[in-house]
Amino acid sequence: MSGSDLKSELDLAALRAGDRAEFARLIDAYSPRVYRLALKMLQNPQDAEDILQETFIKVYNALPNFEGRSSLSTWLYRITTNEALMFLRRKRPPQDSMDETFGGEDGYEQPRQIVDWCCLPEDELMSEEARANLDAGIQKLPEGLRAVFLLRDIEGLSTRETAEVLEISEAAVKTRLSRARFQLREHLSTYYAERLLNAD
Amino acid sequence: MCDDHEYRDCQHLLDSLSDYVDGTLGEELCAEIEQHIADCEDCRIVINTLEKTIYLYHTSAEQDPPPIPEDVKARLFKRLDLEEFLHF
Repeated sequence: MSGSDLKSELDLAALRAGDRAEFARLIDAYSPRVYRLALKMLQNPQDAEDILQETFIKVYNALPNFEGRSSLSTWLYRITTNEALMFLRRKRPPQDSMDETFGGEDGYEQPRQIVDWCCLPEDELMSEEARANLDAGIQKLPEGLRAVFLLRDIEGLSTRETAEVLEISEAAVKTRLSRARFQLREHLSTYYAERLLNAD
Repeated sequence: MCDDHEYRDCQHLLDSLSDYVDGTLGEELCAEIEQHIADCEDCRIVINTLEKTIYLYHTSAEQDPPPIPEDVKARLFKRLDLEEFLHF
């Protein structure tokens, strides 16, 4: 179900007035997405659960003042993403990671892995180990790129919605998404190239 | 990736490849990319593996198990003092 479907089904006036049954319906509708986003951002079930709880406590407290300038789903994604990013920043100092090493100010470094692994069979591309490697790739992304990638390519938000959630320009979303995808392509290429070698 | 004389073309097109695989790139740049990859195998591989990367993440997201375990949901409702409304 899309965010806009959910928005139309929920009674915003009741939510603002503190209607507990309606708030429970909001949780039913949105908690799976909030939890999945937190889990993919943090890769730790306990941390994700903390973010889930903190997000809905914040939402409950802020609902009386929610003006509806953005959709409920955008607002929820914004709170979740901010909570997750703040958690990550509290937990460790800013990363000196692929964000700086891959590309620099002008955008992109040349792709390093030029191996065509697309011919690998689907069961190998999506084996349990390969799926864990997909998650590992997300985890290696710098936080700013990770948030954009998860919202666009995992949660399926549009460029505009992602820009609204993160309060950045659409051009910045596109640039970060592109960099995230290229970094993940490098990560997967390294992994699958080895499988390709082993298959020979 | 490409020969030296082609390198600048590759670098110039790199910025547009994400939009290209999304199908949101303007016609003119699309044509430029298609013309380029007709002669540049490395770029063709980059585009194919970029598309496959995105496909694998989309597929993986669709196949994810139900994203919220029941015990996690139960604790959320309890924390918010909403247990009377908890339905699985």
